[in-house]
Amino acid sequence: MNRYQQTFERLKKEDKIAFIPFWMLGDPNPEASLEAVKTIAEQADILELGLPFSDPLADGPTIQAAVNRSLQAGMNTEKCLEQIMIIRADFPEKPIGLLVYLNLVLQYGINRFFTDCKKTGIDSILIPEMPVEEIKLVESAAQENQIDLVFLLSTNTPQDRRQKIYDHSGGFVYTVSKPSITGAKTDLSDDTLALVQELKSQTDLPICVGFGISTPEHIKALKKAGADGAIIGSELINIYQKEGLEALNDFALSCASST
Amino acid sequence: MTNFIENSGGHFGEFGGCFAPELLQPVLRKVTQTFEKFKTSTTLQSEFNELLRNFAGRPTPIYHAKNYSPKNGAQIWVKREDLLHGGAHKTNNVIGQALIAREMGAKYLIAETGAGQHGIATAMAGAHFNLPVKVFMGAKDVARQQVNVERMRLLGAEVISVDTGSSSLKDAINEAMRYWISHAEDTYYMFGTAAGPHPFPELVARFQRVIGDEARAQILEQTGKLPAQVLACVGGGSNAIGIFQAFLEDKETKLVGVEPAGDNIKHGLTIGRGVTGCLHGSISKVNCDENGQIEESHSISAGLDYPGVSPIHAYLDQLGDAQYVGITDDEAMEALLKFSRCEGIIPALESSHALAEAFKRADKMNADEILMVNLSGRGDKDLHTVFEYLEKS
Ligand SMILES: Cc1ncc(COP(=O)(O)O)c(C=O)c1O
Repeated sequence: MNRYQQTFERLKKEDKIAFIPFWMLGDPNPEASLEAVKTIAEQADILELGLPFSDPLADGPTIQAAVNRSLQAGMNTEKCLEQIMIIRADFPEKPIGLLVYLNLVLQYGINRFFTDCKKTGIDSILIPEMPVEEIKLVESAAQENQIDLVFLLSTNTPQDRRQKIYDHSGGFVYTVSKPSITGAKTDLSDDTLALVQELKSQTDLPICVGFGISTPEHIKALKKAGADGAIIGSELINIYQKEGLEALNDFALSCASST
Repeated sequence: MTNFIENSGGHFGEFGGCFAPELLQPVLRKVTQTFEKFKTSTTLQSEFNELLRNFAGRPTPIYHAKNYSPKNGAQIWVKREDLLHGGAHKTNNVIGQALIAREMGAKYLIAETGAGQHGIATAMAGAHFNLPVKVFMGAKDVARQQVNVERMRLLGAEVISVDTGSSSLKDAINEAMRYWISHAEDTYYMFGTAAGPHPFPELVARFQRVIGDEARAQILEQTGKLPAQVLACVGGGSNAIGIFQAFLEDKETKLVGVEPAGDNIKHGLTIGRGVTGCLHGSISKVNCDENGQIEESHSISAGLDYPGVSPIHAYLDQLGDAQYVGITDDEAMEALLKFSRCEGIIPALESSHALAEAFKRADKMNADEILMVNLSGRGDKDLHTVFEYLEKS
């Protein structure tokens, strides 16, 4: 069993869902970022980490600002992987997922990227602008290094494509609450909750929901709907920016206690 | 050869693809399906052709620029897209895409714009088809293309100034994509050049093909022969692919794309100096640093100021079927001034890049040879930039 399988197995026994915080590596600078990630990782079941890219077209203002801070502080792919190595050493059992835009992978070299991700202990990679139809580009590199590919799926993804996504996904299915960029506020519409139930009936893969999830109440609602995990990104960044590390820790705690 | 674009499924060798967020995949699929319908529908095609004729003013003429051609050198002919309604080739594309949008049942149009030409064209199409338009434009470009901003507003479009990233064309595209992600239900994104995710490169190439189809027939009719070379400026690559396509099978005709060399240090030479990467939905050549962060491009012409390029051009370059060269800001400006004064036609700064390269080449060629330049747009929009340049020098 890999880290994802072990984690979801454990959560099932505990009747809990996964709290999956997202953080942009290098935000607001490499040192403070490492500190923030370690803080939220204590409460996390799974960690989702982003590599900063200058043109993040699936991301809203909060994550764009995080990217800018990170890049201005001199972050790059190699430094990100070094940080993940440190995080991995501190948290040997928690799955770590990476969110990375394709151009960063292409410039690093596809094979080299997946090999180095394996070495740092990364479990999954999500490339937000790579649909399942274009998977050939990275599939063999992912398989050789036993790294799961995670894909986004939304309310507007038609059934034939959902099946393709299940067939090629590992780790979990990253379900988007409604078609939007990251950071948009959601009221977790009935559509989303219905989508979770529908997806649960179609696949054994864990269904985790992200984009706009921002409160412990959202987490509870998702649990009730049968989701396996809740991904929170922009709200963590907002809280850290406004109120600092301690508030971040408090918020992560309250999220973790709502699973 | 021509059909390599149509039969590509969006992949041109290692280039192309549909690298857009999952949330856009359903709408991109719908665009593809609707475009397939266009390709087989004689009704839609004749509506397109009728609008090109009566709304946009096609066919545009070709013109022998005798005064601009070097003495004892090759003849420089220009394809007069500057005479097209709106003042640039962009109108061909928006008419086609507005038909696609209407067929898809879209209620709103969005577009990005650099120089403002594509924004104006979209605003015109929106007015004609009665679809409200939002145009995303980098704050830097809003400042340097004021006249075009006013024209878009006059046509009823809302201009949204984008100040994220480097506040230029690439950021306008990012914002338009982000907006589309949350509004794909009822909104159509009129992509302005032959780049972006599939099917945009193919779609835009198809709607711009008319430039080359006309030009090839016209030059044969008027001179009895084909040009030795066809030249066009390359920003994203739509006017260039528009004129190139008709000549792809003419082995005696060389195709030359002209990229902006800026001041030679800061530049927009995407094919010239870029690497294989991914920006805005397809794999192509991009200008980025070794880590993959996109680098700002630099050109005196807003319409060429883009760090990406069409995957079709990246492929033609790789095959050696077209050649790509650079022209500096100074050279382009010199060509603009010279062409204005000796021909009585003010070319767009973008097109002036192609004119400058044509003059260099024509000088070394024989008087019976023809160089065909795509005069992609008129230069009225650039007056501000030109006078600022003249004041400085
Ligand atoms: C007159 C003119 N020519 C050329 C371009 C460059 O675009 P493309 O390379 O797609 O033809 C523009 C873009 O705004 C333009 O306005």
